[in-house]
Amino acid sequence: MHKFANPARFMRLSNILLPWTTGLTIVLFGFGLYYSLILAPQDYQMGNTYRIMFIHVPASYMALFGYGVIAVASAVGFIWNHPLANQAARATAPLGATFTALALITGSLWGKPMWGTYWIWDARLTSMLILFFIYLGYIAVWQTIEDQAKAAKIAAIVAMIGIINVVIIKFSVDWWNTLHQPATLIRAGGPTIHGDMLAALLLMIAAFNMFFVTLLMWRIQSLILKRRIRTLRLQLGGGRG
Amino acid sequence: MLKLGFLIIVRDLRLSMRHGSSTTMVVSFFIIVVTMFPFAVGPEQEILRKISLGVIWVAALLSSMLSLDSMFQSDYEDGSLDQFVLSPAPLELVVLAKFIAHWLSSSLPLILVAPLLGILMNLPERGYVPLIVTMVLGTPALSFIGGIGASLTVTLRRGGVLLSLLILPLYIPVLIFAVLAANAVIDGDPVMDHVLLLSGFTLFSAAIAPWAAAAAIRAGLE
Repeated sequence: MHKFANPARFMRLSNILLPWTTGLTIVLFGFGLYYSLILAPQDYQMGNTYRIMFIHVPASYMALFGYGVIAVASAVGFIWNHPLANQAARATAPLGATFTALALITGSLWGKPMWGTYWIWDARLTSMLILFFIYLGYIAVWQTIEDQAKAAKIAAIVAMIGIINVVIIKFSVDWWNTLHQPATLIRAGGPTIHGDMLAALLLMIAAFNMFFVTLLMWRIQSLILKRRIRTLRLQLGGGRG
Repeated sequence: MLKLGFLIIVRDLRLSMRHGSSTTMVVSFFIIVVTMFPFAVGPEQEILRKISLGVIWVAALLSSMLSLDSMFQSDYEDGSLDQFVLSPAPLELVVLAKFIAHWLSSSLPLILVAPLLGILMNLPERGYVPLIVTMVLGTPALSFIGGIGASLTVTLRRGGVLLSLLILPLYIPVLIFAVLAANAVIDGDPVMDHVLLLSGFTLFSAAIAPWAAAAAIRAGLE
């Protein structure tokens, strides 16, 4: 665990990995988009509009996944005082918030043809919106507190309390039985969607995942560099003063 | 140990009485917020009856948030908070006592005033007992969760807005289950599930809040 706590080692490792993950992201998106826009058949009920799903489902999944990453990284950072974990949690937040916003936007665009309205106070939409607010609160903590070490600790507590709400999101489908479709991907009798559609969806999920990993490494790098610049500036200022 | 918690509760209550205005202000705010709604939605009795429970609950939630800012503020400013952290008594017990004092000084008065607002909002007769019961069961959770927020933001300069951004989303389950439970009674639907979930949420927040808040205070004072 502490082997990876060294920012310099992370910089070296991520510099090796970044070109590979970037390439993989592009390839996966290429295949995923080809499958989802061209190869996958039209839905007999929803026509072509269902193709929003190929963005909507991975985005929602990444929104939840992002919060999971924040919570785990926060716990690691809080318990072992692991600086890289804190930076990882911080770097994930804007990504997760963006994916949440993407899921909300695509969801409401999908809702217009399906339900006849952009917004319904349905269980999953509502909990996604709450997740978005939780992301905003978490980001605000980092922005409000200037002392980085203190910000990391307080943000970690916020993240660990907020994860409870993500659990509520997970079970909200069962709690309020509303208009939203029940989960079709994972259920006892196996997936109920067409083979090509499933392949497209899985490819898109994999592409989104790779995209997320790439951006995350990039952001952690930039946070580390930002810190270095700050330290160097302080040293310069101290030298002159 | 328990005696210490009790002493802190008494101390906080006495302080809030001597400062005087805080409880009165919270109650006045509660009444005024509810009074705004008939102006906004119109005075039709039927509409007011429908939204009465929700409006009273949202107003209670906002009012209880109003006094969170000051929960640790004066202790932080005069150094008592540092003494609490340094003292051999567990900080978790201290913050728990402060949460209870906050509930007694800012939520209990709201519960006492709530029936009056029920009259203003044309709450059906069967709604009064459920309103009081759900408030008794639910408002402690507001103090516990809000207390976590207060402890997270006490050492910050611009803590107030951040505090509301952090804790309002966490208040949502209380609001949902409380209003569901009270409305179920009015409509004659089964109510126990909602009541149990509401109580469960309150107990759960009571269980985690002291630890989270104590950790936050230690991190903030470092």
